[in-house]
Amino acid sequence: MSGPNDSNRDEIRSYAIGYCVALALTGAAFAAVHWPSFASTTTLTIVLGLALVQTAVHFRFFLHISLRKSARDDLQLILFSMLIVILMVSGTLVILSNLRARMM
Amino acid sequence: MSANEIKHAGLNLGDTDELTHGQAGSAVFGFWVFLMSDAVIFALLFATYGVMLPATVGGPTPASEYKILSAFLETLTLLTSSFTFGMASVAMKHGASRRQFLSWMGVTLVLGAAFLGMELHDFTTMFGDGAYPTRSGYLSSFFALVPLHGLHVFFGSVWIIVMMVQVMTFGLDARVKINILRLGLFWHFLDIVWIAIFSVVYLQGLIR
Repeated sequence: MSGPNDSNRDEIRSYAIGYCVALALTGAAFAAVHWPSFASTTTLTIVLGLALVQTAVHFRFFLHISLRKSARDDLQLILFSMLIVILMVSGTLVILSNLRARMM
Repeated sequence: MSANEIKHAGLNLGDTDELTHGQAGSAVFGFWVFLMSDAVIFALLFATYGVMLPATVGGPTPASEYKILSAFLETLTLLTSSFTFGMASVAMKHGASRRQFLSWMGVTLVLGAAFLGMELHDFTTMFGDGAYPTRSGYLSSFFALVPLHGLHVFFGSVWIIVMMVQVMTFGLDARVKINILRLGLFWHFLDIVWIAIFSVVYLQGLIR
């Protein structure tokens, strides 16, 4: 985990690792769709899974979010916002797709 | 000592500038509150898009409108700009020359502008195909979500220019450094939103 006093080289390396991993994940998602080799639901699951991993990579290497205790209230704010986002998005999708199915 | 403490999420100045590091905590926390409220707006637009996706009313569909190669190139451009912005932040933190910092910022700005250019080109092609916001519920939600991100990138680019001017005028004093930390969070956050757009909007729409 990157600390506040990492050396110049360590920090550049951290950004470079994040960049390479992000590129690989984006490329993998692109390849999964551009050269389809699975059923469409499997491909969708792969793409969404890769997006989740990539979000985590961005949070870790670009936004430097650590699960360490000393990261103050920021982490609580972020986790609480994530909770709200998950509740609202999944709630909207479940309720309205159910409504659509009933209206058909 | 306080320089060893992580004061906030994001790049910490640490012992390179202890005084500013001490001030940065509350300043950056406030910006995180804004970022997270912005994330909620985007999340709800994503939910709207998901609900509206089947509502094409016989008009253009995702499969007929999206170009996978241009979406992929846009992703690579934004990803690279995130990396170059990271290099600018590190240069700022570790006291590299002003010229080095400004050139990384300049590269980021060029990449941001290239991204906006490609996106505008996509939108004009879509408009040419008759895919405009009032055509269907699906297109309304698409044009609420994706151009909002583009607007953020536009204002981020304006902010980059402002920061370059501030660095040239005031040098790297405490205020300017904290502003750059905030801009960094904003820019990296936009990259995450774009990853979601690329996966949920473009790739999902193009899966055969």
